[in-house]
Amino acid sequence: MKTFKLGGVHPPENKLSEKAPIEVLPLPSVVSIPLSQHLGAPASPVVAKGDKVKAGQLIAKGAGFISANIHSSASGTVAKIDDMPDSSGYRKKSIVINVEGDEWEEGIDLGSELIRECSLNPQEITAKVNEKGIVGMGGATFPSHVKLMVPPGKKAEVLIINGVECEPYLTSDHRLMLEKADEMLVGITIQMKALGVSKAIIGIENNKPDAIAHLKNKVKDYPGISVEALKVKYPQGGEKQLIKALINREVPSGKLPIEVGAVVHNVGTAFAVYEAVQKNKPLVERVVTVTGKNLKKPSNFLARIGTPVSALIEAAGGLPTDTGKVVNGGPMMGKAITSLEVPVTKGTSGILIFPEREAARKPVQNCIRCARCLNVCPMGLEPYLLSVLADRKRLEDCEAERIMDCIECGSCLYICPSGRPLLDQIRVGKAEVGNMIRKRSQH
Amino acid sequence: MNEITLISVVSLGAIGSVAAIILYLVAQKFKVIEDPRIDIVAEKLPGANCGGCGLAGCRALAEAIVKAESLEGMNCPPGGNEVMKDIAAALGLEAEEQDPMIAVLRCNGSRENSPPKVKYDSYMSCAFAHSLFAGEGGCSFGCLGCGDCVEACTFDAMYMDPASGLPVILDDKCVACVACVKACPRSIIEMRKKGKKDRRIFVSCVNKEKGGPAKKNCSVACIGCGKCVKECKFDAITMENYLAYIDYDKCTLCRKCVPVCPTNSILELNFPPRKPKVDVATEAVSG
Repeated sequence: MKTFKLGGVHPPENKLSEKAPIEVLPLPSVVSIPLSQHLGAPASPVVAKGDKVKAGQLIAKGAGFISANIHSSASGTVAKIDDMPDSSGYRKKSIVINVEGDEWEEGIDLGSELIRECSLNPQEITAKVNEKGIVGMGGATFPSHVKLMVPPGKKAEVLIINGVECEPYLTSDHRLMLEKADEMLVGITIQMKALGVSKAIIGIENNKPDAIAHLKNKVKDYPGISVEALKVKYPQGGEKQLIKALINREVPSGKLPIEVGAVVHNVGTAFAVYEAVQKNKPLVERVVTVTGKNLKKPSNFLARIGTPVSALIEAAGGLPTDTGKVVNGGPMMGKAITSLEVPVTKGTSGILIFPEREAARKPVQNCIRCARCLNVCPMGLEPYLLSVLADRKRLEDCEAERIMDCIECGSCLYICPSGRPLLDQIRVGKAEVGNMIRKRSQH
Repeated sequence: MNEITLISVVSLGAIGSVAAIILYLVAQKFKVIEDPRIDIVAEKLPGANCGGCGLAGCRALAEAIVKAESLEGMNCPPGGNEVMKDIAAALGLEAEEQDPMIAVLRCNGSRENSPPKVKYDSYMSCAFAHSLFAGEGGCSFGCLGCGDCVEACTFDAMYMDPASGLPVILDDKCVACVACVKACPRSIIEMRKKGKKDRRIFVSCVNKEKGGPAKKNCSVACIGCGKCVKECKFDAITMENYLAYIDYDKCTLCRKCVPVCPTNSILELNFPPRKPKVDVATEAVSG
């Protein structure tokens, strides 16, 4: 069975919610929709306070090429456009809507029947994806239309669909593959058409045998698409790792996957593309896993963007009393949130609740030079060295040691027996080296 | 036996002299001629290599002074006017009088004033915490309390107060080298004039949010009400982005602005206690 070569770790999988079917979460009374839910420039609002909006209506327009449109996820009145705290506690401009009823914008097909035929040409598909505000649903939230446009001089050969879900606990992609397989496959066909490729491979880790069997059965009707089972190893869902695992090509340092003829999209994105192109439905809801060892009912919810996290936790049985930390995302790459009132955004793949005993960090001790961080780094870097260099502000040395290649997967931090803040220090260094490079290119 | 001794002494002696001659010639050929005044100036500098002058270290400042042949724009904060005068006398130059400066902390968001809502237990670095979240108290402008400034201080002039969670600047040890200013990711520490009798008045807040959200996270935040601006007769206070700033060059230390502040965010340091009606406006944070 295939996997990537270099490094990787095996954290306990803890897929507690894998058997829980996707439930539609009831509409909240207020939705708060941040204007920056994607990588790139924040969108600029096109509605004003007091305006009546319908679900699916455009409320903020993407500003620039790398940006994304934002649509209202509910019908109601715009209560305010103001700075609201996001999951980090920093205040970001958001549109707050008081929900009244559930009225949808005209032209959006809410029916469940499958539409297989797509008559649009590649440019029209990309335009539609752009218009409907689709972004990468794996967590990085890179605007999808940018990835569907092949830069001049490059050629896409294969579309890789990421169904790996290598983060422990999370199951939203898993459930989507089981419940919306046909829609997702049509979405993949549309993406293939936009990119002009005849081949697509869906990579799924071996811990989801039901999804692999289900999709292997389904792809028979979809020419060009194949399903590949992969050995379980974190971080297989990383773009570069997945390309290496599936087609055995290595993306050069500092380059994009298109360099080796590959384009990678998440299964969630494929589904969103289907809804946008075939059903005319913008990205206003997503599947969110709400899970945790002490949570009463670990679940997968289809939640509207802007729903407060507290509503999701309530629907999953309420916050356990011994909660130590609530994380937005998976345990490896997710970040702890500072308040339960923060909204679900386009990039929220899961809400993870850690009991107090698991939330605390290991005490920091001295590096014992065991080199385990070196062995597990999927990018072949030397985390122990980078962390020290970053700590001492030796930025040129950091750059020479390829700090910019770090994908921030956290494998080094996970494996370190001394509990050293390896990734934390590298992140600081990476940000500073990034600034340094930007400054240099300006001169 | 004697012969062997003789041969070894003579041959080693010969090799030694040849090597010495070569070394001497090479040393002459590659001799670096340095201005002897650089050594004189470097001798007079404190030798702390703190970087407060804006250059790499004391030697770099000495070289710069000798090269420029003037003391304009050159300053050694830890040495102060005394050292600069000394150097000026040695080089026969004119030293300009500099106002002594000192670091002040423009945040009073202690645990009491800005109660923590979440607990941070990750890597204790302000730079990292700043990239991660707003802060335990919720204020995204205030002190993160991880002590990057204390780490940066090479003069032992700062320490973290475990009770308040804020750094404390020791007036008698601070030499205004700006290492802490550079280390703080939120630009909370400011260099201000030391002031007459060490007296200083400043707005101890850098929060640029509107009054409501600022006050929500911290009881001593500047809410941008503008009362101090109206009170000041010397145009020393300006208001920008809901944040008041006192210009230390214009401030006459009359301290009329302090009692009018509704959130007590203006601090007065090293003043004698007020006489008429006890005003518990603020207590000096540093001792």
